Amino acid sequence: MINIEIDGKKVEVENGRSVIEAAHQAGIYIPHFCYHKKLSIAANCRMCLVQVEKAPKPLPACATPVAEGMKVFTASEQAVKAQKGVMEFLLINHPLDCPICDQGGECELQDLAVGYGGSASRYQEEKRVVLHKDIGPLVSAEEMSRCINCTRCVRFGIEIGGEMELGQAFRGEHAEIMSFVSGTVNSELSGNMIDLCPVGALTSKPFRYKARTWELSRRKSISPHDSLGSNLAVQVMDNRVMRVLPLENEAVNECWLSDKDRFSYEGLNSAQRLTRPMLKQGGRWQEVEWQVALEYVANGLRQVGKEAGAENIGALATGNSTLEEMYLLQKLVRGLGSDNVDFRLRQADFSADGKQLGAPWLGMSVAELNQADRFLLVGSFLRKDQPLLAARIRHAVKRGAQASVLHSADDDLLMKVANKLIVAPSEMVSMLAQILQTLAAEKKAAVDASVQPLLQGVATSATAQAIARSLMSGERSVILLGNFAQQHPQAAQLQLLAQHIAALCNGRFGFLGEAANSVGGYLAQAVPSAKGMNAAAMLASPRKAYLLLNVEAELDTQNGAQAVAAMQAADMVVALSAYKHQASEYADVMLPISPFTETSGTFVNTEGRVQSFKGAVKPLGEARPAWKVLRVLGNLLNVAGFDYDSSEAVRDEVLKGMEVSSKLNNQLQGLTVQPAAAMHGLQRVSEVPIYATDAVVRRSAPLQATHDALPPHAAMHGEELKKLGVTPGAQVKVKTAQGSAQLAIAADDKLPMGVVRVAAGHASTAWLGAMFGTISVERA
Amino acid sequence: MLSDQIQTQINRELGKYPADQKQSAVMAALRFVQDEKGWIANEDMADIAVYLGMPQMAVFEVATFYHMYNLKPMGRHTLTVCTNISCMLCGSGETVEHLSKRLGIGLGEVTADGKFGLREGECMGACVDAPMFTINNKKLCGRLTSEKIDQILAELDKQ
Ligand code: SF4
Ligand code: FES
Ligand code: FES
Repeated sequence: MINIEIDGKKVEVENGRSVIEAAHQAGIYIPHFCYHKKLSIAANCRMCLVQVEKAPKPLPACATPVAEGMKVFTASEQAVKAQKGVMEFLLINHPLDCPICDQGGECELQDLAVGYGGSASRYQEEKRVVLHKDIGPLVSAEEMSRCINCTRCVRFGIEIGGEMELGQAFRGEHAEIMSFVSGTVNSELSGNMIDLCPVGALTSKPFRYKARTWELSRRKSISPHDSLGSNLAVQVMDNRVMRVLPLENEAVNECWLSDKDRFSYEGLNSAQRLTRPMLKQGGRWQEVEWQVALEYVANGLRQVGKEAGAENIGALATGNSTLEEMYLLQKLVRGLGSDNVDFRLRQADFSADGKQLGAPWLGMSVAELNQADRFLLVGSFLRKDQPLLAARIRHAVKRGAQASVLHSADDDLLMKVANKLIVAPSEMVSMLAQILQTLAAEKKAAVDASVQPLLQGVATSATAQAIARSLMSGERSVILLGNFAQQHPQAAQLQLLAQHIAALCNGRFGFLGEAANSVGGYLAQAVPSAKGMNAAAMLASPRKAYLLLNVEAELDTQNGAQAVAAMQAADMVVALSAYKHQASEYADVMLPISPFTETSGTFVNTEGRVQSFKGAVKPLGEARPAWKVLRVLGNLLNVAGFDYDSSEAVRDEVLKGMEVSSKLNNQLQGLTVQPAAAMHGLQRVSEVPIYATDAVVRRSAPLQATHDALPPHAAMHGEELKKLGVTPGAQVKVKTAQGSAQLAIAADDKLPMGVVRVAAGHASTAWLGAMFGTISVERA
Repeated sequence: MLSDQIQTQINRELGKYPADQKQSAVMAALRFVQDEKGWIANEDMADIAVYLGMPQMAVFEVATFYHMYNLKPMGRHTLTVCTNISCMLCGSGETVEHLSKRLGIGLGEVTADGKFGLREGECMGACVDAPMFTINNKKLCGRLTSEKIDQILAELDKQ
C-alpha cells in the first residue's frame, strides 16, 4: 500500500494504481475523456492533467502511477490552467453546435466544457471536417467531426470485443476513426462503443434524434434474452421504451451490454404485436373481449380433461418466460391433473431427468469465470450465445488462462484457443471420453463404473491428450457445456463425462444456460415429474390441447416441423403471446401478453442469481402480464391457490424460505449410459443464431439488419462439396427425415467432414425438423 | 497474394523478432510491397494482415500513419518534396512550383504517362541541404535550383 495526498486528503492506495484511480477512490473527480476503468491507458486526451509536487510540469493523472509521499493537486492554479488549455485545444476542431447534436445533454465534452471551456472561442479559422461513415445498422458514425480521437472505441474493440474493427487511420490533424475499407462493425458487443464515446461521434442509430436524455425516465429491468441476466436501465417516454442502456453491476454485466440486450427493445412495439385477445371461429380470426377468450379457454380445457383425460393437456413455455409465469403455468396444468409441462423446448435428450441432483447451472458464479485458469468449452457457440460470458472468458485468457474447445463448428472465439477438437456431433461423446480416459490414465485413477461403457474401445488422440493435460495443469479448471451440448441428442452423456473430468482435475463444470430463466424454470417446477411428459415427448406423441407460453412452435423447439404437426393435430391450442405469429395457422385462441418491459417478474440467471424487475411501461393495447392471465384462468378453472394480488406474491410462493444455491446441482447419479449407435451419412450441425433466439429479438428491425441476422444458408467442408459435385454459392436442396429446404450452399473448411451446418430458429429452415440428425444435400 | 519475393523478404525480416511478435514486421512488409509495385493497395494490406496474423485495420493504421507509403499509384519516379520549416525557408515553395510547371501536375498527382508523381513530405533530417526532394524515397537530391531540377528530370526521363 502506498500513501499519497490528493488535494490535502490522505489516501491509501494499492501499489501500481494511477493517480486518477486513487482520486476516484477518495471521491475526488478529475476531468478525463480517454481514461476508462475497463480499458487500457492511452493518455491521449490530456484532460486529466494535474499538478504533482516536485514535478516541473502538469502530469496526466491517468498515466501517472502513485508513489509514496506523492502530493497531488487536482484543482490548483497550475492544474486548472492546464485543464483549461487542453479544453481549448479540444474545442478548436469540435463543432460548437450542441443543440443539434444527438449527444446533447449526455455528452462528457459538453459537461466538462461548462466547467473548463471559455465562453467564446479564440479560434477563427476553418475547423477540420471528418466525413461520416456507415458502420452498420446499430452504431451511427454520422458525425465524425465530433470525434476527439480518444480511441476508447478502438480499445474497446481490441480489448473487450476481441476484434479490431475500428482503428485510427492517418495522423495528426487528419486522424480519423474508421473501419477497414468501409466495412461494417459486426461485433455482437458493438453498442458499448456508443456508451464509451464521450462525445456525439458514435451514437445509437435506432435512437438517433428520437428523444433528449432529460425527457426520458429510467426504469430498472433485467434482460430476458441470454442466461446472464444483464441489468438494464430502460428509458421511457410517453409510455414507450425509447432506449435501453446498461445498469452497472460488476458481478453480472459489469458496465456492458450485448447488442441483443441493448437493441431488442426495437421489437417491443412491432406491428406484429398482438393487442387484443383473438378467437378462431368458423376458420376466421375474431377479436374478442378478454372474458370471452378466457372462458373459451377454460371450457376447452375442461372439456379435453373430461373427454380425453387431463394427461392430454400439455403446456410449453420458452426459457425467456418469467419465474412467475412458468410457476403459474405448471400450477395450472397440474391443478387440472396433467403433469405435462416443460420449458426446455430445444432439448433433445431428457435421460438426465430424475437423475440430476438439482437444477443445472453454471456451477460457479459468473465473476469466477474471470478467475479460472483452464477452460474446456464443450459444444458452445459462445460468442453468439452468451456474448458477455465470452468477454469474461476472453479476459481470463488474456491474463494467461488456457481455453480448449470441443465442438462441431469452429467459429472464431476471438481469443487464443489452446487446443481444439472439431468433430461431427456424433463424435462429441467419444472425444470427451478420450479426454476423461487420458486424465484417468495420467492420474492413475479408476473411472467410475457408470461412465465405463462410454470409454470402451476409445483410443485417445493427441489433441484429446493435450486438452486433458491442459486441464490437469490448472488450479481452477472449468468445463462448460454450451447450448449445442445441451441440445445434443446425447446431452446427458456429455454431462456425465464433464462431471467426471471435472472431478479428476479438481475443477468445476457447469452449463452456459440457454435462456434468461434456464435455472428459474427448474425452480418454478416448469418441468415434468416422473409421470409427466417432457417437451419432446409432448410433441412426439401429440396432445389434444396445448398451452403455449411465448412459444413460436416452429422456431422455439428442437424439432419445429414436428411441433407444428402436433399443434395442427390438437383439438385446442392456446397461444399466450406478445405477437401475432404462425400460431394463427394452428391455434384456436391467441391471448395477448406483455413482453418483459410491460410486466413485473423474476429471472434466475445461470449462476442462480434471483433478479426481479418491475414493468417499465403499461401494457400495449389490451395485452396483459401473463401471470395475471394465468391467475384468471386458474380462477375460472377453480384450481385452488390462485388468488395472488401481485407477481411478488407468486414469486414469494416459489422462493420464500428457499435457499436457491441448495437447489442448484449439476451432478448426475444413477444414470446408465449406452454409447449411441454409429451414424451414417451426413449429420446436421445447427445453432440458433444470436438474433433468432426469442420472439422479441426476432422482431427488432435493427438487429435483423445486422450481419448476424443474414438468412441461413447451408455450409459444408469444401471436400464434401466436391464429392457432391456442388459449387459453393449454388442453390441446393437440403433434406432431412422431416422435410426439406432450398438454400444457398457455402464452403467452410473449418467445419468437420461429414456435416452440413444449417441454422435453426428461422422460418426458412423450420421444416427441416430436428436440430440434430442425418441430413442430405442434393442439387436443386 | 504477396509475391514469392515479398514473402521471402518478410520471412527474413520475421527472423529478427520473437515468434509471437510477427506484427513487428509490418512496416518492413509494407515497404517490400511498395518497392515491388510502387504503391500499396488495400488488398495488399489485407494480405499482409493475414500473413502476419494481425487485424487488417492495424495494418491500415500503420500504412496511413507514415507519409512515405503510397496509398495510390504514384508514378515510376515519385518525387517527394520536403515542405517543412527549413526547406520552406530555403525556397521549397519554388521547388514545388517549378516541378508542377515542368510536369504539369500538382501535389499528390501523377503525370498522364505514369512516369512522374509529385508528393509533399516531412522533414528528411537533412536540412543542411535544403531545399530538397527524394526520388522513390530512396535517393536524396538537395540544394535544388531550377537548373538542377531540370537536369535531374532529364536524367530520369531517360530511364
Ligand atoms: S469516435 Fe468517440 S470513442 Fe471513438 S475515438 Fe472518437 S471520440 Fe473517442
Ligand atoms: S484521461 Fe488522462 S490523458 Fe485522457
Ligand atoms: S525541413 Fe526539409 S529536410 Fe528538414
